[in-house]
Amino acid sequence: MYDFEFERPATIADAVAALGDEDAQALGGGQTLIPTLKQRLAMPGKLVSLTAIREIRGVCEDDEGHLCIGGGTTHAVVAREAADRFPGLASLAARIGDPAVRNRGTIGGSLANNDPSACYPAAALAANATVVTDRRTIVADDYFQGMFTTALDDGEIIAEVRFPVPEASNYQKFIQPASRFALVGVFVAKFADGVRVAVTGASESGVFRWSKAEAALSRNFTPDALSGLTVPADGMIGDLHGSPEYRAHLIGVLTKRAVSAAT
Amino acid sequence: MTQVSMTVNGQSVSGEIEGRTLLVEFLREGLGLTGTHVGCDTSQCGACVVHIDGAPVKACSIFAAEADGAEVTTIEGMAAPDGTLSPVQQGFRDHHGLQCGFCTPGMVMTATALLKENPKPTVTEVREYLEGNICRCTGYHNIVKAVLAASGQEMPAVAAE
Ligand SMILES: Cc1cc2nc3c(=O)[nH]c(=O)nc-3n(C[C@H](O)[C@H](O)[C@H](O)COP(=O)(O)OP(=O)(O)OC[C@H]3O[C@@H](n4cnc5c(N)ncnc54)[C@H](O)[C@@H]3O)c2cc1C
Ligand code: FES
Ligand code: FES
Repeated sequence: MYDFEFERPATIADAVAALGDEDAQALGGGQTLIPTLKQRLAMPGKLVSLTAIREIRGVCEDDEGHLCIGGGTTHAVVAREAADRFPGLASLAARIGDPAVRNRGTIGGSLANNDPSACYPAAALAANATVVTDRRTIVADDYFQGMFTTALDDGEIIAEVRFPVPEASNYQKFIQPASRFALVGVFVAKFADGVRVAVTGASESGVFRWSKAEAALSRNFTPDALSGLTVPADGMIGDLHGSPEYRAHLIGVLTKRAVSAAT
Repeated sequence: MTQVSMTVNGQSVSGEIEGRTLLVEFLREGLGLTGTHVGCDTSQCGACVVHIDGAPVKACSIFAAEADGAEVTTIEGMAAPDGTLSPVQQGFRDHHGLQCGFCTPGMVMTATALLKENPKPTVTEVREYLEGNICRCTGYHNIVKAVLAASGQEMPAVAAE
């Protein structure tokens, strides 16, 4: 691997200062970034590891009943510690990659990367989570801005992700067997004031909300409410794993499955 | 260069590393513990799995500096000092759970972590937990058998699909 500077600060403030250098990049669990560095698809001059910062790790609840997850919390910890409060989210975390990936990969890394096939973006968008950074808060509807693109500025750190907890939720992941990412994934979240449906893995513009399904499910939260609703194949990803039409079809199937699993 | 210290298989070790030194390089080249293998080098195959503070991690996808102060266990730490194999190692031996053996250190480390979390896993749970460990030789069947044997269970007759 090429040479770079390496820092491992213990506080958010020190990490933000270290990331002030133009050529610096944050390192979370490294499960995406380290392979990327090896291929030299990214070549920062300085890596700032976030793994020694205790204040961005762990799962807790705030006064308004939100589930607050530190940006440096691993998938394995979310799978364990969110299970009682938000089982839909815990089950999503438990199905990311494999056990070793889950012991390193973090929610902050996943949301910062915003891979179009990643799982967490679907949960964050469906539950209307708030991304709390070292400098501001960003609601999910403003945060995701297309494949691998987010509202984060250079050097901005995800300190926490704050999830409103739905009354019922479910994540359906149709696995792409080689990568173990989602070929298509659908997260359905039912709140007192309506239903949100977020789709990952399918669109060329990254994670998105399926608003027609949301309207139908907000009136009637049953799989039947989705009868006749389809997603146009236009703008869906087409690759050797599946055509745009196939992905569009899967969205309908998975949304129905998610609703029946959540009810 | 910076100094890193950790406990590896119960012994305190330290060494000079660069920021870019991967944990697997420190183990293999720094400490001569070549039991931990590198297959894909991109966190796909699991040949490099070691335990960090008891949890399985791919040593090709973590920098040595990140393991500073940690307790690391590698395949060399699995057998007892007198050479008695661990139950998982014995299971692999008894049930022909390996052919070329390249994937075996990672398989043993991952399976050992599974049995610590879940002492009596089902066949499906064994297969799911080993999802990140790829074997080109065995077709997995005898690996699953070995892990079940290590948990004191027998392979159900119908599990061969
Ligand atoms: C074999 C394998 C299978 C996988 N399967 C899945 C899957 O099924 N579903 C899925 O969703 N993902 C999957 N992943 C990806 C995994 O979840 C990664 O852990 C995750 O995408 C990146 O998180 P990380 O903590 O490892 O981040 P890193 O790799 O360290 O960093 C990724 C990016 O995020 C930035 N970053 C990291 N932390 C922060 C932070 N706190 N604030 C701001 N920026 C930050 C980094 O600068 C970098 O740009 C898989 C990975 C592997 C290797
Ligand atoms: S060598 Fe580490 S996962 Fe393949
Ligand atoms: S025994 Fe050869 S790769 Fe598994």
